[in-house]
Amino acid sequence: MEFKDYYETMGVKRDATQDEIKRAYRTLARKYHPDVSKVADAEARFKELGEAYEVLKDPEKRAAYDQLGANWKAGQDFRPPPDWKEGFEFSGGDAGGGDAAEFSDFFELLYGRGARPGAGSRASFHGQGEDRHATVLIDLEDAYTGTTRTITLRVPAVDAQGHVSVREHSLNVTIPRGIRAGQHIRLAGQGAPGIGQGKAGDLYLEVEFRPHARYRIDGRDVYLDLPIAPWEAAMGATVEVPAPDGMLELKVPADSAAGRKLRLKGRGIPGTTPGDLYVVLQIALPSADTDAAKAFYRSMGEQFKSFDARAKLGVGI
Amino acid sequence: MLPPLAGIVLDEQAQLTLAELSRACAAQAEHIIELVEEGVLEPAGDEPQLWRFTCVHLRRARVAVRLQRDLGINLAGAALALQLLDEVEALRARLRAIGGG
Repeated sequence: MEFKDYYETMGVKRDATQDEIKRAYRTLARKYHPDVSKVADAEARFKELGEAYEVLKDPEKRAAYDQLGANWKAGQDFRPPPDWKEGFEFSGGDAGGGDAAEFSDFFELLYGRGARPGAGSRASFHGQGEDRHATVLIDLEDAYTGTTRTITLRVPAVDAQGHVSVREHSLNVTIPRGIRAGQHIRLAGQGAPGIGQGKAGDLYLEVEFRPHARYRIDGRDVYLDLPIAPWEAAMGATVEVPAPDGMLELKVPADSAAGRKLRLKGRGIPGTTPGDLYVVLQIALPSADTDAAKAFYRSMGEQFKSFDARAKLGVGI
Repeated sequence: MLPPLAGIVLDEQAQLTLAELSRACAAQAEHIIELVEEGVLEPAGDEPQLWRFTCVHLRRARVAVRLQRDLGINLAGAALALQLLDEVEALRARLRAIGGG
């Protein structure tokens, strides 16, 4: 069992006042809140913070924690001294931040499972189980074809004695063709079980696309940067385009400038109103790394003497 | 292998009732009504019994409820945070479009 240094997590001294602890929590919560923060491990940091605050904001839990002494270091192998919490009684508390079911084993060892905020009592006044939420990551290609995904959820379960345990629950879910980021798949009855005769809650899966090396996605439209050769841009060409659902032939009109957008109607994400695929032209220059190539570029300059690459800047020569 | 479950897709068409949205957010209906009154959510339908919410509302409502709960901010503060988050997201999308992110 790894020791957790809650003071270190919150960045406060061991003799910090309750006000200082609250201030530190608010500041760090704004920094690491998963809805706000883009820090890579924001979610994990926010959970740790919620757990630390759950202990330090409560004078009784804090006093018990302090009794362990100041010599423990974070990550150190920890066994609680016998009878250390004599004289304390932890009867649960109000909810701290984050998902309450996710507190560490260290927390549980000290305060027991019943001390998780909300454990046991939350749904007692109505029968229906709570709704649950999860995110499902798919590739853009999956939205063109549809797919199935196995979702593994960590589900807290309460037994007849009131003990809470976490078990894993796997579901196989159909991801329909045409799904888009931000849409949800609602699975009736796959949320938390009901109390007594109550119905189970629902499970909501929010769909997100994995970042793609080739495509950008905007709603139902898909964007692809397509490099072409200067002569293809100048004289027009028919080129092969890798669309998410296979190769396509695209006619590049003559005199195409870099950045020109060509729309392939209906080749975006499929659906009743399918999206479009936009091909954004980029001009790739062969490098002048041989004498022959240099000579060619030089003669091209000669041929296009009157061409002013910076004409649009409006500054004249 | 378990047989795959097919759910209902919640898209940009309004589908969820006030009761369903409240339950999905683990919030009281009054709390959702406040979010509508603050202009955070703009459901279809004229009165609470007729309101219908979309997948976009579901996401916004959950974020608003979490921000209020976890950061101790009030309704107006959560509304402002959501508006700024929308702007940040729009700017990030533009940055991605020009290959900067």
